[in-house]
Amino acid sequence: MRSEANESRGRAPLSLRLATLGVILFLHVPMAIIFLYAFTTDDATFSFPPPGLTVDWFGVAVPRPDVWQALLLSLRVALIATLAALGLGTLAATAVYRSKFFGREAISFLLLLPLALPGIVSGIALRSAIGMADFPFGFWTIVIGHATFCIVVVYNNVLARYRRTGRSQVEASMDLGADPLQTFRYVILPAIGTALLAGGMLAFALSFDEIVVTTFTAGHEETLPIWMFSQLTKPRQRPVTNVVAVFVIVLTAIPIFLANRLTQGGSE
Amino acid sequence: MGGSPPLAVRFDHVSRHFGDVKAVDDLSLDIFDGEFFTFLGPSGSGKTTCLRLLAGFDQPTSGRILLHGRDVTGQPPFEREVNTVFQDYALFPHMSVGDNIAYGLMIRKVEKGERRKRVAEMLDLVRMPGLEQRTPAQLSGGQRQRVALARALILRPRQQMQVELKAIQEKVGITFLYVTHDQEEALTMSDRIAVFNNGRVEQIGSPPELYESPGSRFVADFVGVSNLISGPIAERIRGSAEVFSVRPEKIQIRETDSIAPDGYCSIEGRVKEVIYLGMHTRYVVELDGGGDLTVVEQNREATSMEVLAARGRKVRLVWHPTHNRRLGTAE
Amino acid sequence: MSPTRPARDRDSQGPEERPVLLRIASFLYLRPSLVLALLLGPPLVWMIVVYLGSLVFLLIQSFFSLDPFTGQVIRVLTLATYKDLWTPANLDIFFRTATMAAVVTVTTAVLAFPLAYFMARYASTRLKTVLYLAVLLPLWSSYLVRVYAWRLILAKEGILNWFIQQLDLTRVLDLLLRAPVIGGPSLSVSFLGMFIVFVYVWLPYMILPVQAALERVPRSLLEASGDLGARPGQTLRHVTLPLAFPGVIAGSIFTFSLTLGDFVVPYSLGNSSFFIGQAVLSLTGTAFNIPLAAAFTVVPMGIMAFYLVGARTLGAFDAL
Repeated sequence: MRSEANESRGRAPLSLRLATLGVILFLHVPMAIIFLYAFTTDDATFSFPPPGLTVDWFGVAVPRPDVWQALLLSLRVALIATLAALGLGTLAATAVYRSKFFGREAISFLLLLPLALPGIVSGIALRSAIGMADFPFGFWTIVIGHATFCIVVVYNNVLARYRRTGRSQVEASMDLGADPLQTFRYVILPAIGTALLAGGMLAFALSFDEIVVTTFTAGHEETLPIWMFSQLTKPRQRPVTNVVAVFVIVLTAIPIFLANRLTQGGSE
Repeated sequence: MGGSPPLAVRFDHVSRHFGDVKAVDDLSLDIFDGEFFTFLGPSGSGKTTCLRLLAGFDQPTSGRILLHGRDVTGQPPFEREVNTVFQDYALFPHMSVGDNIAYGLMIRKVEKGERRKRVAEMLDLVRMPGLEQRTPAQLSGGQRQRVALARALILRPRQQMQVELKAIQEKVGITFLYVTHDQEEALTMSDRIAVFNNGRVEQIGSPPELYESPGSRFVADFVGVSNLISGPIAERIRGSAEVFSVRPEKIQIRETDSIAPDGYCSIEGRVKEVIYLGMHTRYVVELDGGGDLTVVEQNREATSMEVLAARGRKVRLVWHPTHNRRLGTAE
Repeated sequence: MSPTRPARDRDSQGPEERPVLLRIASFLYLRPSLVLALLLGPPLVWMIVVYLGSLVFLLIQSFFSLDPFTGQVIRVLTLATYKDLWTPANLDIFFRTATMAAVVTVTTAVLAFPLAYFMARYASTRLKTVLYLAVLLPLWSSYLVRVYAWRLILAKEGILNWFIQQLDLTRVLDLLLRAPVIGGPSLSVSFLGMFIVFVYVWLPYMILPVQAALERVPRSLLEASGDLGARPGQTLRHVTLPLAFPGVIAGSIFTFSLTLGDFVVPYSLGNSSFFIGQAVLSLTGTAFNIPLAAAFTVVPMGIMAFYLVGARTLGAFDAL
C-alpha cells in the first residue's frame, strides 16, 4: 500500500484564502437560507427577518397531494431512466474499451451530445419527433428523454473503471478455465460494481432534477422540478415550497456523497 | 534410446499477420514434455505473440498449434489446458490469496474441502504457508509472483507456461515455457532456447549450442557478446572473407613484441577502451586494419591500476582457431 | 505426487456433451466483430434513432412553415420560417441572450479561478476532498431549488434588501436598478438579478474543469519558472494561466451553452423581454409554431457548434 508523502505545499496568500472562502460561502449560503425559510411563520411573503419560526409547515407539506404525485412521478422516472442508462451505458463502455473500431472517439462525443447541447434543443427536438410519431406524451416520453442524457454518465464511470482495471485479469480468468459468463460474474462485475453504482446514482440525481427537457416531453404530467417551477411563478403556500426544497436538497445530497465514496475508495 | 520424448507443444507453420506487419512469420517448433523451454528475443520479435497464440488469447492467421497432439487452433483460452503467469501477475484484487489460487478449481467445481487442501499444498510449495486470507494489496511484488505461480500450478494440467525458478519446475516435473529478452536468464535456466527475430525463429538449441555455435549474426550478437570479423581481416586470419565470430573470453591480450604460439590467430591493434568490472575486465581494441574487437580477461593477477593503464597501448591479440565459428547462412 | 483429475475434464468430453452456453461462448470468442455489434448495437441504435433522428427532424422542421390560417404545419421545404425569424424583436432576443451568456461566462471564470487555484496548488488531500464535495453538492443539488433560493434572497422584503438597508446602501441599489438594461423594478425582476443567479447556478460547472486543468500543471514547471527568476505573479501570468486556459474554455462551454438555452431563470427573474429559452417555450405553448421554434433553436445550436469547434482547437476537450 502506498503512503502519501506529505509534501509541504506552503501557505496560500491571505487574499487567496479569503477568495476561496468567499466563493464557498457564495455557493452554500443560499441553500442555508432556504433551510431558514422552511421554518418561517410568514406564508405570503419572503420577508426577512422571519417574523417567527415554526415547524408547522412540515406538517402541511406532507398531506399535499400534488407534492406527493410530483415526487412519486420523479422517483419512478428516475428509476426507470437510470436502469435504462445503466444497461445502455455499460454496453457502450464495454464495446469502446474492448475493441478498436472506426468511429470510436465519435461514440463518446455522440453520447455526450444530449448534455452538451442546450436543453431546449434536445427538448424541442424530442418533442417534435414524438409529436410526429403520434406517440402519447407522458411517463414514457419523459423516461426516454431522461435515459438519453443519462447514458453518458454511466458510460464515463464504467469506462474509467475499465481503464483502471486493465485487461489481464479477464485474460487470467479465461486462462484458468472460466468461460466469458463465469468471467463476467466472478471478475468483471466485482471490478466495475462500484462504478455502476456511482454512475447509477449520479444518473438518478440528474434525472430527478431535470427540468428543461422534461418540460417539453412531459405533456400534462408533473415531475417534482416542474411542480417547483410552477410554484416559482404561481406560488401556493410559499413555505410548503420551502419545505419541499429542503427535502430535495437532502435527498440529492445523499447520492453525491455515496457516489464520491464509491469512486474514491475503490480498488486501493 | 528409442524415439524422442512425447510432444507437449507443436507450432506448425504458424503465422500471425496484422495487416502488413508479420508479427509471427511461418514459425514451426516443437517443445517436448517436461522440458524447460525459453523463447528469447528482443521486444517486437514475436515471442510474446507466440505465447498468446499458445494460450488462446490470439488466433493465428495461418498454421496450426497442437497441444499433446490435439489441434487447439481456434479453441478459446478457457478450453485449453494451458496456464499462464502474466507479466503483471493479474491477481484478482477483490479476492483473497486463497480464493485467487483456488479460482481455477472453483470454476471446475472442485468441492470446498478439496480446494482448501490443495491451496494449502500450493502455498507450501511456493514457500508462503498460511497466507490464505491475505489480499493481493497486502503482498510484496515477489509474493504476488508466487501467488500467480501457485494459481496456475494448482491446476496441474498437462501443460504449463511459467515464470519461475528451475527448481520448482524440476520438482514438479512439468513442461515450462518461459519468455524473456534477458539472455543470461535464458542461458541459466533453460533446457533449450528458441531465439526469435522479427517473427521468425533464428535458431533452436541448448544454451551451450547457442553460445558456442551461433547460427547467424543475430544469434551471435544477441546471446552473449560476440566479435564478428569479416572482409580483409577475416581473409588474413582464415583465408576467406566470410564472416565468422569469436567469443571475447577466448582472446588473449599480449604485448606487441610477444610471439604468437604456433597455429594461433594473431592480430595487432591499440587498446581503445578499458572497462574494469571487478572480476574481469573488458577491453575494446581497435585493430590495425580497422574495426574493433572486444576482449574479456579475468583479473587474475593484475590490479585495477595496471589494467586501466593499458588504455592507448599497442597490443597483440592471440587466440586458438578452434574458437572461430562460421555463422550459418542467416545474417 | 500425482494430481487429482479436475472435476470437469474437458479433454474427455465429446463435442455433443458440451453445454450450450459454453458453445455459444466459444463461438462468440472467435468472432469479436459480432460481439462488438451486439454490444454497441443497442446504445448506438438508441442514440441514432431517438436522439440524432430527433435533431435531424428538428432541423428539417425549421425548413417547414406554419400556415397562418389553419395553424397546421405545411410540409414543404421553404426558407420562409427563417425569414420570419429575422425580425428586430428576435434579433434582440438573440443578442440579449448571447450577451448575458458571455458576461456570465467571464464572471464565472474570474470567480472560479481563485478557488480552483487554491484547490489545485495549496489544499492538502483531505481539504481538497472536502472542497471538492463542497463544489459538487450545489452542482447536483436541485437546480430549481437553487434558483428558487435566490427568489427568496432577492425579494423586495428579502434578506439581501434587508442587508442593504442595514448598511444604508439603498441609494446605491436604486441607482443600479434605474440603470438602463441591467436595471428593473426590483432586484428580483431585473437583468442584474438574473445575472447574479446565472453566475450562481453555473459556477460549479466552471470550477471543476479549471481545477482539473490546474491540477495537471506539473509542479516542476512552476518551480522551474521560479528558478529562472520569475516572481509568483509572473509565474502565474506566463506559466499557470496559459496552461489552465483549456480548462477555462472547457468550463465556458457549459456556462455559455446552459445560459443560451435556459428559460427557468429568465421566467423567474425576468420581464417581458424574452430570452431564447423563453421564446422557444412560448412557441410550443399556445402559439404552437413548431417550425419557428425549430428555427429559433437552430441559432443556439449553430452558436454552440462554432463554439465547440473553437474550443476543440484551443484544447478544451483534453481538459474535460
